[in-house]
Amino acid sequence: MTATATRLDESAPDRPLRPPRVISFSQRLSRWDLRVSPYLYISPFFIMFAVVGLFPIAFTAVISFMDWDLVRNSGQFVGVDQYAWILGQPQFWTALRNTFSIFLLSSVPQLIAAVVIAAMLDRNIRGRTFWRMGVLVPFVMAPVAVALIFSNMFGDNHGLVNQILADTGLPAIQWHKDAFWSHVAIATMVNFRWTGYNTLILLAAMQAIPRDYYEAATVDGAGAFRQFRSITLPSLKPTLIFVIITATIGGLQIFDEPRMFDQFGRGGAAQQWLTITLYLYDIGWGQWNFGRAAALAWILFLIILIIGLINLLVTRRLVRGEGRRTP
Amino acid sequence: MKLSRPIATIATVAGAASIAIIAAGCSAPSASGGGDDGTVELTIATFNDFGYSDELLQEYMDENPGVTIVHNRAATSNDARANYFQKLGKEGLADIEAVEVDWFTEAMEYSDLLAEVPADAEGRWLDWKEAAATDGEGRLVGFGTDIGPQGVCYRSDLFAAAGLPTDRADVAALLDGDWDNFFSVADQYTAATGKPFIDSANSVLQGIVNQLETAYEEPDGTIVATENPDIEDAYTTVVERAVPISAYAGQWSDDWFASMANGEFAAMLCPGWMHGVISGNAPEVAGWDVADVFPGGGGNWGGSYLTVPANGANVEEALKLADWLTAPEQQVKAFVNAGTFPSQSAAYEDEGLTAFTNEYFNNAPTGEIGINRAEAVTVATFKGPKFFQFHDALQNAVTRVFDGVEDASTSWDTWVTEVSAF
Repeated sequence: MTATATRLDESAPDRPLRPPRVISFSQRLSRWDLRVSPYLYISPFFIMFAVVGLFPIAFTAVISFMDWDLVRNSGQFVGVDQYAWILGQPQFWTALRNTFSIFLLSSVPQLIAAVVIAAMLDRNIRGRTFWRMGVLVPFVMAPVAVALIFSNMFGDNHGLVNQILADTGLPAIQWHKDAFWSHVAIATMVNFRWTGYNTLILLAAMQAIPRDYYEAATVDGAGAFRQFRSITLPSLKPTLIFVIITATIGGLQIFDEPRMFDQFGRGGAAQQWLTITLYLYDIGWGQWNFGRAAALAWILFLIILIIGLINLLVTRRLVRGEGRRTP
Repeated sequence: MKLSRPIATIATVAGAASIAIIAAGCSAPSASGGGDDGTVELTIATFNDFGYSDELLQEYMDENPGVTIVHNRAATSNDARANYFQKLGKEGLADIEAVEVDWFTEAMEYSDLLAEVPADAEGRWLDWKEAAATDGEGRLVGFGTDIGPQGVCYRSDLFAAAGLPTDRADVAALLDGDWDNFFSVADQYTAATGKPFIDSANSVLQGIVNQLETAYEEPDGTIVATENPDIEDAYTTVVERAVPISAYAGQWSDDWFASMANGEFAAMLCPGWMHGVISGNAPEVAGWDVADVFPGGGGNWGGSYLTVPANGANVEEALKLADWLTAPEQQVKAFVNAGTFPSQSAAYEDEGLTAFTNEYFNNAPTGEIGINRAEAVTVATFKGPKFFQFHDALQNAVTRVFDGVEDASTSWDTWVTEVSAF
């Protein structure tokens, strides 16, 4: 009895703690599970990213400070010479100008068109699914196929576009000679492919806007345009930021379309449509100078980073500003 | 137990990832070594069409029991080039790799990584073909396959309309001489018809530069591109005389292909392999013919070599096969198969070549013409590792003048600035 009592006594103060201790291992396990599992679940991506993303990025940084010989797999450290060489090339600055020009000529009309088309598709129209699927069809086509077809249409002498211009009595446009017009042609290919994609994303965002807002606005006597400006646009803010940032990253890395624009794929005799990635490719795979190519890759990375940040700030301010105006 | 799912996921993804990496890294079939029983599997990698048909390769396998040949064909020479330089000196190249003359100079920079051609095969090829594959230490590392001896292709119907002779012997007599004479005939044609005489200005540049001993680099590595008076002359000649009589700046554009059938121009500088390009793009047009002549002497454009990477698994056997494939008898068969013109002087005695005529070109004896044109080539231009970078930039300079983007002297200055940074 005494022993039992003692035992009971001893265990008595423990009692409230004891049940947790008995299941403590499994509980700790489950708490551990709760805390660690999410990271484990997402880890495959990051492991993959480390292997196929981070390592090449870091290795590129190493190579960019070297005079690298691909075949002999060896290099000589040359400091920042490669960066200096790139920045000293007039072709680099032309390529930068072209990249931004093509980017602006494609992204701006593309996003405006995407918002407008999405707003149209958001209304009650007949054969909705047909139209919605229809805008995505160009996106399904391979970019190189699109580029091939359009390059043919934009031929200087025997192209379809110039023939139509000639038939209507207008002068033919020198698509492959004049820098501006070559940018327009390339931007057309980009717009053809990406407008539908952006439309669908914006459409999905529009459908998520609670319909009550529109009903209330209708009751208040707001017209369709006012509703679009004061309800739709502000509600699209996060989606617009996403779409603009992805369009920026994609636009600054434009490659397939200018590459397929003529038979050589090196951006034209006077670098009329040479873009940064095209220049990078030519230095790397045309001239086998991977030191310079790596340096250019890092310069491009920094440019995209900076533009992305500016983009984010501007878009935020812009869209927030419109949001405030909403009553 | 609860961890098993994420672990399984990681394992699966990691497994898939490593497979992807392996697939990406070593996608080319690696050479399998020779077995102890004397059987060898040889791999040969070519591009476009070398004329090495299955029947031809089977012949070798029948003669050499125990040898199996696997032939991989890349679609374009550019694909082959990328593959070659990524794997040269490492692993994954075929036992025999074909190299096009356009990037052969780049490969010659690594001639120490290539096996030497056996001594008994030396002297088989035309002198200039062999000289281009011999490195600074006198090692011959490339088996010449084909060449592109240039003649002049012309439209006899358009020549007739302009009052020029139409018979191929008369045309050859008319164009015989230097480039000046060629341009005079061209001016005459353009004056009579108001249309361009030849297809592209840059093909003239190519023709003239390939007749120079020294172009942009000297054998000791000195770069003379911008100081070489011959290059400046070539440029001046082209922009002053060739640009006004050319339909296009360069070849291979969509417009250029489309123009071949519609009579936009009357003549082309024409290596043997161009015959197939013309007949393929203008199958309906009657009137194309070939003249046995080339301005300013002979000219060669294009051609290939076979190389054997020195670190391959079956270098000995590979050398034997490459030797056999580039022997005159086999090269004539390849010519019949695919029109690749042989680079071996002994092949020029062969009936299969001498008696060959081309129906599309008004039954011109293209075999005989090719032989004459190949023998007219006397100069082997020295092509250093950066030849094609320099040449491409100079072609761009001509294109800028042709397009009217820059005038002749500005465009030359742009070229000088550009190439001094190489």
